[in-house]
Amino acid sequence: MFIIGELINGMYSNIGKAIAQKDKAVIQRVALGQVKAGADALDVNCGPASKQPVSDIQWLIEAIQEVTDKAICIDSSKPQVIESGLKAAKNSVIINSTTADPDKLDILVPLAKQHKAKLIGLAISAKGIPRDKGQRLELASQIAASCIEKEFPIEDLYLDPIVMPINVAQAQMRDIIESIHEFKIISEPAPKTIIGLTNVSQGTFARSLINRTFLTMATAYGLDAAILDPLDKDLMDAAITAELILNKQIYCDSYLEAYRKK
Amino acid sequence: MAVQLMQEMWQGEISTVTIGAVKEEGGSRAYSIKIGGEQSLPCLFKEGAIPNKPEIAFEIWDIAPNDWPSELSKEYGHALNDPFLWAEKCVKEYKARSLCVRLQGAHPDSGDKGPGEEAAFIRQLLDKVNVPLIILGTGDDTKDNLLLPACSEAAKGERCLIGSAVQDNYKTIAVSLLADGHNIIAESPIDINIAKQLNILISDMGLPLERIVINPTIGALGYGLEYAYSIMERARLAALSGDKTVASPFVCFVGQEAWRAKEAKVEDSRQGVMWEVLTATALIQAGADLLVMRHPLAIEKVNKYIDKLCS
Repeated sequence: MFIIGELINGMYSNIGKAIAQKDKAVIQRVALGQVKAGADALDVNCGPASKQPVSDIQWLIEAIQEVTDKAICIDSSKPQVIESGLKAAKNSVIINSTTADPDKLDILVPLAKQHKAKLIGLAISAKGIPRDKGQRLELASQIAASCIEKEFPIEDLYLDPIVMPINVAQAQMRDIIESIHEFKIISEPAPKTIIGLTNVSQGTFARSLINRTFLTMATAYGLDAAILDPLDKDLMDAAITAELILNKQIYCDSYLEAYRKK
Repeated sequence: MAVQLMQEMWQGEISTVTIGAVKEEGGSRAYSIKIGGEQSLPCLFKEGAIPNKPEIAFEIWDIAPNDWPSELSKEYGHALNDPFLWAEKCVKEYKARSLCVRLQGAHPDSGDKGPGEEAAFIRQLLDKVNVPLIILGTGDDTKDNLLLPACSEAAKGERCLIGSAVQDNYKTIAVSLLADGHNIIAESPIDINIAKQLNILISDMGLPLERIVINPTIGALGYGLEYAYSIMERARLAALSGDKTVASPFVCFVGQEAWRAKEAKVEDSRQGVMWEVLTATALIQAGADLLVMRHPLAIEKVNKYIDKLCS
């Protein structure tokens, strides 16, 4: 499982404050904490409070790159913020994200191709959030088709079925999980799949348990990557164990430690 | 239309283990040998680099073996009674690139020589021959815990390969080899899960994964060769996919297993040599990096096979 740590986001108060005060040490501490816990990449989002996201994203990326060479996942709904982030990035990059809307695809797919970045494609459009599996597949296929047309390498595309909170859209959970498998058969070679995990447990009382159960089930359906809190050790243990059960790692008594040594 | 071959690109790499230290490195070997370093499955030269050829070490003992079939023992003749003569014969006459000395005489059932005596023997052997050396204990845990640290110290700085460490007995050996600058053989009983676990346990002691050679335990042709093959293949696939904990080179004790086969013991048949050759070549295709062998003719044939394969 490719793990993207979600904790550098201006919506968290410690990060929002650090951005406002330009306190690099806080950002770097959170970055290294996530890497130590097993993150393969770090999501970077200025958050809603940032007044100058175009410059803040550069400051964040530069601060992080001083302490790690892990991939940077530039997270913004605004293409100009992403473009600005790309200029500052020296580490490898994941663009988070495009939607299925043509105006976004026309900017972000060429941008990703130009910077040899990976691209997250959300199965969502200006018309709103999909209500079922069919709509998810339709939107994902539009993104994949745009990538193929623009000659963006499809194995660098990460399709996200959009995970909804369980207390809002319980009836959709099965569709979301099954979409992961269906996305994998959109093209050959297959696109990758990703979820923003934490949303599933938004507003619930058993967040960690719901997160790791959902992640385990999604893994069985072929999930390649997840944006999550890597400091949740039970969650990381569950992710490692799910892949063990799918025979992606060789078992040994210390398999959790072995995975973390990788 | 030309057929396009599908080629796999691997992200992982087998670690490279160097055996033997030359003068500038604090040892007294004439040269060192490198094993491992593959970035591809065996013989798939186009998928990734295979920088080092498989190496063959001649197996010698500190005492005369009493159970070797005549086809094998007559080749060495009276040299079997004098380990130094035996070692020199291998190096000078048969051009051995490395030697593997088995300290059988220290086994409680076959002489029970003391650690001091064997350590002195190892030092003398290192003085007589200048090729890289592999040192094997007796397989008796209690004895090996006394024997191997003494031999490790006697060979300090020579960067030998010493074993075997097993899951129930690795700590004392690993600590000594770490201190004296040697590499370790991690032995598991045809079991990939234990092989992986043992590598983790040894590296937790501070001996880096890059100084471990896996003995996966093999069977000779007709005696479980295919089990060894499948274990080695599984480890290689995982290692090349990025699992560093199984990314160690393999040492295979081909001579020991091949000459135990009843087919190898048929008098006046030359079958033993063929048994050793066929076991070795099959294991090279499974990914063996270091083969410990016994009969000079078998070694000559396998060396020719390696040269042809890698040219």
